[in-house]
Amino acid sequence: MKLTRDQVKHVARLADLPLTDEEEEKYSQTISKILDYVEQLNQVDTSDVEPTFNVTGQNNVFREDTTDACLSQEEVLSNAPKKKNDMFETKGVFEKE
Amino acid sequence: MTSLSLGGYMSNQKYEPVIGLEMHVELNTKSKMFCRCSADYFGREPNTHTCPICLGLPGALPYINKVAIEDCIKIGLALNCTVSEKSLFERKNYFYPDLPKGYQISQYRWPLCVNGWIEVDDGDGNKRKIRINRVHQEEDTGKLTHSGGVTLIDFNRSGVPLVEIVTEPDFHDVDTVRNYAKKLQRLFRYLGVSNADMERGDMRLEANVSVRPVGQKELPGYRVELKNINSFRFMVAAIEYEIKRQIKELEEGWTLKQETRGWDEDKKSTYLQRSKEEAHDYRYFPEPDLPEIRMKSDEIGKIRKSLPELSWDKQNRFIEEYGVKKSDAEILTELTELAEFFEVTVEHGKKHGVDAKAVANYIVNKKPNISVVLPTQIIEELKGKKVGVIENMGELGELADEVISENPAMVGVYKKGKVTVIQVLIGAIMRKTGGKVNPNKIREILKEKLR
Ligand SMILES: [Zn+2]
Repeated sequence: MKLTRDQVKHVARLADLPLTDEEEEKYSQTISKILDYVEQLNQVDTSDVEPTFNVTGQNNVFREDTTDACLSQEEVLSNAPKKKNDMFETKGVFEKE
Repeated sequence: MTSLSLGGYMSNQKYEPVIGLEMHVELNTKSKMFCRCSADYFGREPNTHTCPICLGLPGALPYINKVAIEDCIKIGLALNCTVSEKSLFERKNYFYPDLPKGYQISQYRWPLCVNGWIEVDDGDGNKRKIRINRVHQEEDTGKLTHSGGVTLIDFNRSGVPLVEIVTEPDFHDVDTVRNYAKKLQRLFRYLGVSNADMERGDMRLEANVSVRPVGQKELPGYRVELKNINSFRFMVAAIEYEIKRQIKELEEGWTLKQETRGWDEDKKSTYLQRSKEEAHDYRYFPEPDLPEIRMKSDEIGKIRKSLPELSWDKQNRFIEEYGVKKSDAEILTELTELAEFFEVTVEHGKKHGVDAKAVANYIVNKKPNISVVLPTQIIEELKGKKVGVIENMGELGELADEVISENPAMVGVYKKGKVTVIQVLIGAIMRKTGGKVNPNKIREILKEKLR
């Protein structure tokens, strides 16, 4: 299955990855190979098999609505590359998409 | 409100707006949706209500809050939905700084509740049936603050349970939208599932707006999404503006496109945020970390039984049972506490021959502070009114003459200059009449007669 340059661009944008022209070309080939490899799974007839989303076979695993201690603010922010006013700082985004 | 009027575009009745709504309501559970952090985050120090799960740290696993699921089902049942036998969470993938995991745990193909409806009054008081497409469970995102060219993130809100309610495009005017939002707000409060405070962001509204020629049955081939408008008032203004803008564009021969627009409060107009070409691709897939939810009919029955009398049922009952006016019934059922106070007062009034309509009138017009005033006090006051305060001057004069002749000693003392004893005479008249006399008025009459 051949992935087009446009499809690579689209996937890269969704993954928030900036790609150069060369990378786009390169990935359209390498990802296509991966898809070919996975494609082999289609040889198995699964028409009578329900899709499996969860392998535990469990359902209705709930917890009671009780609270527990949270992390301290200091701990939470300790790995932040940048912080300000006890908040994580990131480059400005002004319009929520 | 916007100063733009629909003018000729509306009065010619050529177009009909078609509006669908998506409402998000934040639940008031103690803990968050998938972790045990306190969900009581409002006004707290930033980043003090978080843990590895709601911060999306690697390896953290979500754990479903049972009460949130029950609350979501309660909302679904109240909106006449079918509760799905099988329900699944899915990952909605996108990048935004308020979403630490890179995806939101939401529902897509297997929502908890589907296919409901609710009746809402339009601007003319006619009942409109609004179909509910789905009521599903998801989690809230962190809160962003934009300042000085950077964006700051507080994750206290991240993972707070959120219920999304999606209608079919069944609204055709703004009044119905407004009434729908009000009706749902009241519902959430009755169910006790949310504080439903619009100003605090407990309830958020998104609208899909399009217009079509009157008489056309098919949905228009486009729709404009109004999003990220955090005030209910602005949302209503934005919908009104959009209807006008779209009709104008169509009249001028333009073709309308699928797009997302926001609201500019300064300019009182909507503006383009995103066109269809850049539309999102969320790549939903079932959340592998959460087992599916199976609801059996007896469990659903139990939740249904736990529902209180809903606001609109109470409203109808007040009208039928007590003969209360519709507008009064609406006010009386605004809060469960007020409705209860009304009913207790009516019950008490029955014993004293005071009817429910008088009680309704009193509460609606005088707006007594129900945490201070007692139902019995209201009945006492209404009883007084019912028999009537004695206003007739002749009658009051006779009463004065009576007590003067019955109390010669007091009259003597008064005439010797101890004028305060007039209080005794006033008291005697009050006792005789059961308090149905204005004391100041009777004082003047007594003074006159004792001169
Ligand atoms: Zn947490």
